[in-house]
Amino acid sequence: MGYSRRHTLAMGLGGLFVTVVPIRVSADAEGLIEAFTGGAEIVEGPLDISAPEIAENGNAVPVTVTCPDAKSIRILAPANPNPEVCTVHFGPLAGRHSLTTRIRMAETMDVIALAEMADGTFVQAAANVRVTIGGCGG
Amino acid sequence: MSGFDARPRVRVPRTASVDEVVLVRTLINHPMENGHRIDTDGNTVPRHIINRFTCTFNGETVIDMEIEPSLSANPFIEFEARVPESGEFAFTWLDDDGSVYEDSASITVG
Repeated sequence: MGYSRRHTLAMGLGGLFVTVVPIRVSADAEGLIEAFTGGAEIVEGPLDISAPEIAENGNAVPVTVTCPDAKSIRILAPANPNPEVCTVHFGPLAGRHSLTTRIRMAETMDVIALAEMADGTFVQAAANVRVTIGGCGG
Repeated sequence: MSGFDARPRVRVPRTASVDEVVLVRTLINHPMENGHRIDTDGNTVPRHIINRFTCTFNGETVIDMEIEPSLSANPFIEFEARVPESGEFAFTWLDDDGSVYEDSASITVG
């Protein structure tokens, strides 16, 4: 079976759609990241984020973030109606700078963690979670 | 009137050695209405969440956390604290409606 002109056009448009969508999402995430970093450059660092690969229930997805040198860590779920999840500031008596909590996820997405280090630099990490049932109501 | 009874629960070890890093686990029952949910009458349920959580040990900060509506209902928060001496952990949860829920736990170090 050969491809007609119509098929070829449809495939071309499909391809265009696939490439455009991730760019839009990452532009959203970029704005959220900038809100935390103030536009500062993101460098490599020991920030660790762990979340399940597949979450059946988006109402409570366990997420752990760990970053020994962090002053504060923000967790973002960029595709949620409220993309910010929480920001934790570590005080002088924080042990290993680590936090585990449960978050809501509306759909499959990359959960992003941003850490502000003691020296003022910023570190980013992400974990992809596939969500079967979204947890943001509406 | 929040229409529910917030019962904070915390778990820390009873004893530890000097400067040991201990695991602290906290849980509080709260609906964490994110302001997007629609009730059976088709009305949007207004936002009502816990917006801040703090933990101190003998008055010194362990963690201070700003919370947004994307945190799950019945917030579960687990973290680690360094205990230099015997004393008491104090925990506070700040509600959107102005309520403050508190709990504490003591630990013997030595």
